[in-house]
Amino acid sequence: MNKTWVTPGGVHPPENKLQSVTQGIGQLPIPETLVIPLSQHIGAAAIPCVEVGQSVLKGQVIAKPAGVVSIPMHAPTSGTVSAIEHRPIAHSSGMLAPCIEITSDGADTWIEHEGISDYEHISPTKLVEMVGNAGISGMGGAGFPSAVKLNPGRQRPIDTLIVNATECEPYITADDSAIRERAAEIVEGIKILSAILGHPHHIMIGIEDNKPEAIEALAPHVEGTGISVVVFPTKYPSGGEKQLIYILTSKELPSGKLPADIGMVCINIGTTYAIKRAIIDGEPLVSRVTTVTGDAVGIQRNYDTLIGTPVSHLLAHNEYNEQAGGRVVMGGPMMGFTLPSADVPIVKTTNCILAPSYAEIPDDEPAQPCIRCGMCAEACPASLLPQQLFWYAQAQDHERLEAHNLFDCIECGACSYVCPSNIPLVQYYRAAKGEIRHAQDEKVKADHARERFEFHKERIEQAEREKEEKRAARREAALKAKAAAAEKPADKSDSAPSSSAADIIAAAQARAAAKQVSPEDQQAKLERTIAAAEQRLIVAEQKLAEAIESNSDKQAVLSAAVENTRQKLQQSKTKLAELTA
Amino acid sequence: MIELISQNPILAALVALVGLAILFGALLGFAAEKFKVEGDPIVEQIDELLPQTQCGQCGFPGCRPYAESIANGDEINKCPPGGQSTINAIASLLDVPAPELDAEHGEESEVKTVAYIREDECIGCTKCIQACPVDAILGAAKLMHTVIADECTGCDLCVEPCPVDCIDMLPVEETIADWRWSIPAQPGQPGQMIATDRRGELESQSTSGDAA
Repeated sequence: MNKTWVTPGGVHPPENKLQSVTQGIGQLPIPETLVIPLSQHIGAAAIPCVEVGQSVLKGQVIAKPAGVVSIPMHAPTSGTVSAIEHRPIAHSSGMLAPCIEITSDGADTWIEHEGISDYEHISPTKLVEMVGNAGISGMGGAGFPSAVKLNPGRQRPIDTLIVNATECEPYITADDSAIRERAAEIVEGIKILSAILGHPHHIMIGIEDNKPEAIEALAPHVEGTGISVVVFPTKYPSGGEKQLIYILTSKELPSGKLPADIGMVCINIGTTYAIKRAIIDGEPLVSRVTTVTGDAVGIQRNYDTLIGTPVSHLLAHNEYNEQAGGRVVMGGPMMGFTLPSADVPIVKTTNCILAPSYAEIPDDEPAQPCIRCGMCAEACPASLLPQQLFWYAQAQDHERLEAHNLFDCIECGACSYVCPSNIPLVQYYRAAKGEIRHAQDEKVKADHARERFEFHKERIEQAEREKEEKRAARREAALKAKAAAAEKPADKSDSAPSSSAADIIAAAQARAAAKQVSPEDQQAKLERTIAAAEQRLIVAEQKLAEAIESNSDKQAVLSAAVENTRQKLQQSKTKLAELTA
Repeated sequence: MIELISQNPILAALVALVGLAILFGALLGFAAEKFKVEGDPIVEQIDELLPQTQCGQCGFPGCRPYAESIANGDEINKCPPGGQSTINAIASLLDVPAPELDAEHGEESEVKTVAYIREDECIGCTKCIQACPVDAILGAAKLMHTVIADECTGCDLCVEPCPVDCIDMLPVEETIADWRWSIPAQPGQPGQMIATDRRGELESQSTSGDAA
């Protein structure tokens, strides 16, 4: 039995998990149309590589990754690409995002695919590449591309692999039921991960003690593999990455660091299943287990849902009673968000669709003033001061917010849950985080603009300077020439004071003689001129003839040109005759 | 030595104090030379706070000249692109009361804009290129010009010189990537999902602590 540690804070909300795990993982009929958002993860959105009207097979790549932190998208079923456009997606903003719509043909035909069974003999780099090509991103929370997380080009060797099977949020049972039914494949996936990471010393599956069936299901498969299943008391939010690392190893992840910086990798258990499918079966990530629960749906259970399935499709097949339910939530009641509409698709990170009745989750009560009771500080799993953060968020005091480590807040909602005044604390933190990030972006942009402006100024100044220098040089040259011109006569008057007009004429004649070139050269030059003029004359005459033929209005101009050329030729010829004579 | 000091305590104290004074004086003089501050740091700090649009609406050729002018006692409310938040930031830096934006220099606009050249109409006169303070317009004489949207600060300076009026200032569209939560003004807005399931808690309280 592994020792576990206890994190500070935490709450015990009603779990509401039993209603959705009794029936096992179900299958839904394939929806008519599936919508695949091009960005379902942290990093750059994928670039579509199919065209509207093209038929695709299940598992075919429909969008290619853009850059390193990006993953490809695959067709979740066979059919035709019916649209590539902006569609509503599961995002709190309710904004549209680029998506690919596939109209299914109902046949669900797989593309040819092939896995490998002897992954032990394949280099980790190749395995990571396969994981990346299968379009796997973290299926627990933020959706970080798994291939980037597993990238072997790191400085520190990984000595601990933590598999997160905590699933601490109420209502959600997707991981629980997946473990119950797919324990063997999950353990296989963990073995592949271990091979990728160079067989870390410790491999732990962290799981809360409210899932005895799942723990039992894992037990026979992990025997003798070196993988330990670590069970710890149920408390929300034990499933946060930092919290789980502390519970299992008593190591605290420093602020702003990744688990890899302290030699750990933390992976969701659903992702390990997807990795097994990708390597052993060669299947990309096209479906995931999603819990459909809440009192407003008649059937509460888990489904193996195709990525891109509209939420409305899930609800329609589970006897959704719109009158009973106030809203549809993606995720759990603590960290999930209300969907702007039920037409949005399931994505790779959707672990739960919660359709609560009004009685189950009533509308928020109006917030009362903070009474400084301090319960939020006791509940905070990150040991922050929620109350102080609340004041500073209201005042938009970014400096103080950062000084109070706002960015260590995991937005778990424990503080809001315990607040007797119903203050939506986490909403304030989210907004403040957004404001700070925005301010940072603006700052970077402003700095960039300043740099460009300064360069621009310098460039203009330099051009001006160069111009000025040139002007100065020219002025100096002109002055010098003037001075020289002024000096020369002065020189002559010095050397020959009795100079007369005859002398000057003689000097001029001498200069002219010096300039004179030999008669042979002159003759050659004239001959060249005549040859060129003759050529020109021929061309001009031709043009004139053409113009006359086509009765062009250029006749007058051309005939003048011909006459001109002829005269010049005549002049040159007379000159040559003079010279040779 | 000790005898000498004990016999002339006043003189000894005097010598000691003078010695210390010389020592510290030398130290301070050295430090003043060694750690001399280059330039005026307040100008840098003000310049950091200005939005760097380089639009010249304040009447200065760029943000830095205006920062220098503020450091020399100019009004701090001449920057419309920065708006009230920039005025407040400079006011708190300089420890002066924050005035309202001076309407004479323009109004604060809500939406960010970038210049866009209608390329069919561009005649390639290069006038906008010369006007751009951040070299964000690309093109050559008699060839079409275009704006590098990422580099454009939205300063409007290129609009006026264009002889064929083919430059529009278009608002920057918000994408999902730049969307951010707003401070909850009214409780009970949809989308505020965190931690609202209290039914179990209320029930467990009424049935004397029979938690789920």
